[in-house]
Amino acid sequence: MSTLLEVSGVSVSFDGFKAINNLSFQIADAELRAVIGPNGAGKTTFMDIVTGKTRPDEGRVIWGEKSVSLLRMSEAQIAREGIGRKFQKPTVFEGQTVRENFLMALKKDRGVLSVLLFRPSKADHEQVDALAEEVGLLAELDRLAGELSHGQKQWLEIGMLLAQEPRLLLVDEPAAGMTPEEREHTSKLLVQAAKTRAVVVVEHDMEFVRRLNCKVTVLHEGGVLAEGSLDHVTSNSAVIDVYLGR
Amino acid sequence: MIRILIACLALMCWGQAGLALDLTLQEILQQNKNLVEKSSRKTIGPVIEEIAASNLSQAQGFLEAWGNKQVWQRRSDGLFFFGTEVAKRQYKLTDPDSGESVGEFTKKDLKQLKPNSGVRALIATALVLFQLSDPDPAKRAEALQAMERAPTAEHLAPLRLSIDNEQDADLKAHKSRLERLLTISFDPDTATRVAAIQSFEGDLGVDVRATLNPLVVTSMNITSGDLPTDENIARVIKPGSEDLSMPAAYDLLVARKLAPPATSTEDIRAALVAHIDGGQVAKISVAQLSDPEIRRQAYDRLAEQSLVPAFIGEEDIAKKLLGYTFYETFAETSVVVTDAAQAALSKIDLNVGMNQTLDLTLDAISLASIYFLAAIGLAITFGVMGVINMAHGEFIMMGAYTGYVVQQVIPNHTVSILVALPLAFAVTFAAGVVMERLVIRYLYNRPLETLLATFGISIALQQLAKNIFGTQARPLTAPGWLDGAWVMNDVVSISFIRIAIFILALIFLGVFLFIIKRTRLGLETRTVTQNPRMAASMGINPERVNMLTFGLGSGIAGVAGVAIGLFAKVTSEMGNDYIVQSFMTVVVGGVGNIWGALAGATMIGFLQKGIEWGNPSNTLAAQTYMIIFIIIFIQFRPRGIIALKGRAAGD
Amino acid sequence: MRTSFIAKNPSVLVFLLALASFTIIVTILSEGFGIGVISTSFIKTLGKTLCLCLIAVAMDLVWGFAGILSLGHFAFFGLGGYMIGMWLMYERTRLIVTEALMQGQIPPTGSEVIDSIGSQIFGVVGSNEFPLIWTFADSLGLQLLLVVLLPGILALVFGWLAFRSRVTGVYLSILTQAMTLALALYLFQNDSGLRGNNGLSGLQNLPGVEAPQSIVSMWFFLASAMALGLGYSLAAWIVSGKLGSVLRGIRDNETRVRFLGYSVEGFKLAIFTLTACIAAIAGALYYPQAGIINPAEIVPIASIYLAVWVAIGGRGRLYGAVIGAGFVSLISTWFTGGQAPDIPLGFYTIRWVDWWLVLLGLSFVGVTLFAPKGIGGLFDLLKKKEGKA
Repeated sequence: MSTLLEVSGVSVSFDGFKAINNLSFQIADAELRAVIGPNGAGKTTFMDIVTGKTRPDEGRVIWGEKSVSLLRMSEAQIAREGIGRKFQKPTVFEGQTVRENFLMALKKDRGVLSVLLFRPSKADHEQVDALAEEVGLLAELDRLAGELSHGQKQWLEIGMLLAQEPRLLLVDEPAAGMTPEEREHTSKLLVQAAKTRAVVVVEHDMEFVRRLNCKVTVLHEGGVLAEGSLDHVTSNSAVIDVYLGR
Repeated sequence: MIRILIACLALMCWGQAGLALDLTLQEILQQNKNLVEKSSRKTIGPVIEEIAASNLSQAQGFLEAWGNKQVWQRRSDGLFFFGTEVAKRQYKLTDPDSGESVGEFTKKDLKQLKPNSGVRALIATALVLFQLSDPDPAKRAEALQAMERAPTAEHLAPLRLSIDNEQDADLKAHKSRLERLLTISFDPDTATRVAAIQSFEGDLGVDVRATLNPLVVTSMNITSGDLPTDENIARVIKPGSEDLSMPAAYDLLVARKLAPPATSTEDIRAALVAHIDGGQVAKISVAQLSDPEIRRQAYDRLAEQSLVPAFIGEEDIAKKLLGYTFYETFAETSVVVTDAAQAALSKIDLNVGMNQTLDLTLDAISLASIYFLAAIGLAITFGVMGVINMAHGEFIMMGAYTGYVVQQVIPNHTVSILVALPLAFAVTFAAGVVMERLVIRYLYNRPLETLLATFGISIALQQLAKNIFGTQARPLTAPGWLDGAWVMNDVVSISFIRIAIFILALIFLGVFLFIIKRTRLGLETRTVTQNPRMAASMGINPERVNMLTFGLGSGIAGVAGVAIGLFAKVTSEMGNDYIVQSFMTVVVGGVGNIWGALAGATMIGFLQKGIEWGNPSNTLAAQTYMIIFIIIFIQFRPRGIIALKGRAAGD
Repeated sequence: MRTSFIAKNPSVLVFLLALASFTIIVTILSEGFGIGVISTSFIKTLGKTLCLCLIAVAMDLVWGFAGILSLGHFAFFGLGGYMIGMWLMYERTRLIVTEALMQGQIPPTGSEVIDSIGSQIFGVVGSNEFPLIWTFADSLGLQLLLVVLLPGILALVFGWLAFRSRVTGVYLSILTQAMTLALALYLFQNDSGLRGNNGLSGLQNLPGVEAPQSIVSMWFFLASAMALGLGYSLAAWIVSGKLGSVLRGIRDNETRVRFLGYSVEGFKLAIFTLTACIAAIAGALYYPQAGIINPAEIVPIASIYLAVWVAIGGRGRLYGAVIGAGFVSLISTWFTGGQAPDIPLGFYTIRWVDWWLVLLGLSFVGVTLFAPKGIGGLFDLLKKKEGKA
């Protein structure tokens, strides 16, 4: 397995507070990874850096086979490179139908003119239907996204991410506020997605992480504290001190 | 000249007894009867000097009367009297020495002394000299001022002599300064003049520049041969250079009748019109004459027939100009003096430039204070609370009108301003609270809606003010003690009212910092704006805090309105003038920070003054360029000069 | 594709039919082409209103759909007016001047004509030289191109600067307001090249056209109606497709759109520039009907009124913008024109000329607070009732 994303020696500080401190992180193609850590460990800032929302003070972020640096790219460019991101709060376009949400996310030319002239073909509609079925929203396609339940919105967002056909998926607390059944569905979606692409899941819920059954990275004070299987890291005394032992 | 010196010496000794000459005015006049009767500038001098030197207390009055054509000669005996018209062609005469009336006479028995302007000037000079040594210092100062207005060579000697005996230190300094200025203009000795010029190096006085500038005035001269050696030549100018274009140089030749006038297109046209003959000009049909080339052809044909002067175009002009040299000469003939004057002027210019920079800086600071005053309320409502209030300008207006109304009730300007400031705060505070309660609180976190709703309030308030106070500007008069200016020298001055506004801005800054950093309200405001839910759970009522904070911001806008009204016109539309600048100030400075507003105001104030200085004729353009600059500035510092960083800045 | 577009957007068809019938009725009632019930000056008012509706559509596109509250679109409107005004004024002056010079004893040369035009047009600002921006004033074609090009380029440059540095929300509004103010102040100068506060005048006369104003006004009325129809259809077509989706996405959650891989800045810039061009075309049709344009037309408050119309009509729906602009501008004309009856209260008489703006301002606050969907929101209520019945 080749390395898809390599983050090395990255630091960033806000007004003197070091949110990320010499962080290094790697993920390979088609790998599922969980990132855990206490509040303020830098999980969200880490995602901000990878997706271009925050510029690090130092360090490198290298992407793909051609080893391009992501630091010079805008958020949109990075997204087009194949990195999809799901935010903590479900953010779908509530004023538009589920179908419109999907259509917007479909991997197509993102230029203004081609967007203007775009009219969905039969194949596009079929792809939307397939995605909707996968995330369990086939019946809701023509409803407004704002009318969906909280869990459905999360799935819609995951579905939209899949529609982008990214090579790396960054998922921030996908299970927050879900019922146990919804969690189960979500974890299955993620495991399924990770078969064809890399997926990084940031999550608080240990039960959910266990269900993902993957390598775990523990962040603390902006750096990597431990890495390995869930059992491995949970038996690490340092991890127990800062996170689990509370 | 010598006689003037004597006269002056006599004047010096006026107060001392024992040196009196024993003649009365009438006797002096009678001795010089012929000169007085047929007075002329060339001959009357000695008489005036004798009168001036007579040490008679009536002398000054007599000279004044003489100058005013109030002295009459009685034909019967040739004696001179003061005459006043009592009836038509009927004059009452009084004796110049005793002041006693000698009766009334008809005009035909009398002859009026009518000194011509030259004689009157001599009389006036004599009178000035009288005043220069007058026992009353005010009169002496007056005399000096008269001299400054119209300096003459004759003033120089007596002025020099009057310096030593001058008791008043200020007047003495004034006299010696004037003496040096007169020396520059009128002293015959070149070295003395140069020394006087050098004594003024770097002096900022307007009078110095007024004295030196005529020395270096140049006039244009033309010669066809070599440059003359006996003239003080400033420089030689080549026609076609920046200072003298070819056509302008040729026009000079034409004006001196050294060359025939160039042929303009109008000339051609006029010539052609004058020679239209049966629909043709020189056998070219009129209809073809819309082409300039054909017009030229027709003109040349006319010239061949000697009907019009030959065509003189650019080539002829260039050729002709080769034969002449253009040069500028100084009016002042002494090279040493003009060199010294130029050197002194350039040093003065440098000094003036530096002082102008200082003056500009003061101007910029006062403008910055005004912007700061206008923006500080916004720095609270927009900067701290994040509420965009388009009616902010109308709160400023409301404050200014409050001041105006107070002045209608309380006529004393000092008292009325002291009343108006807190009252304006109260009025706009109340208005702000009402607006917050009725409108803004429903729109928190919906900034665009807030913008539009407050804009609606803005137009309503503006029109309301128009309905109440009318469209014409209302005055808000500053107290008398704020009139005038603090004058440092002839270049640097700043009006008291601007100083007052600067101080007011400082007070506002202090009050603001105190409220935000040291009071309960300030603490609660900061808490509520950072995390309203947490604040609420700690027992702070966010609604109350928001209401009071908004009221505070509005109230400060009202006080700023009174201050702004003192130097700007109070109209219903005055808010418009400040709203964009205020927002720019807050945005450029950095939102959420009082120092940001200060920095923004300073930058915009200095920028605007700087641009106005670069383009003084056009304040409209200055504002245009300033806004463009701000738009570009925001490219580089989107969060303003003093930016909050990181997550605290929000997204 | 077209049938499906109309079928999917029945409101467009309704609107176009309504516009067509309105135009036909007005034509029949007009002085120029019909029975003369409607005066020429009112035809001009109606024509101008149609232009205002067009710029309101542009405003709705940029604000209601893309969420960019621009307080500068009236500046583009004015610039469009200036561009067409330059040709109208130049050409008309040229005809008059040439005729006058032809009366002279010899025919004028080209430069004599131009000098004479120059002193006719710029004498009022103490100049007789043609400023650089008048270079193409003698060519209708180029000047028509400039109607779109100049405001378009201005919008492009300004938008590029603003969006690039991620100025959003109220900051962008303030910045656009500053831009408008800068432009207005610039035009107020005598040496701006556009006659300072005198502006351009006599624009109601079409050079070389002998037809009376009653006819000319109808031409412009019909052209305005057609422009509105086209502009509305274009806008409706844009928002019905994926671009509309993306624009609404940007309005509702810019960051999310960015993480979907769309370069938000590019889309904003495109819609900002496009709407600026539409606004400029509306202005180019408006000012020949108004007859005069001066910098006072461009001051920021005009653009804010535009936002007011759209908000009152109901933003985010194109017919709302048209209704708002048409309704508010016509009713404003009625109230401020002194036609509305005064209301005597005994102790005070409410004169609408004085009180209309107060009412407008307050009603605007009311709409923002109580009816954020504007007049257009009423249609939703009707639809719901029908649905229930």
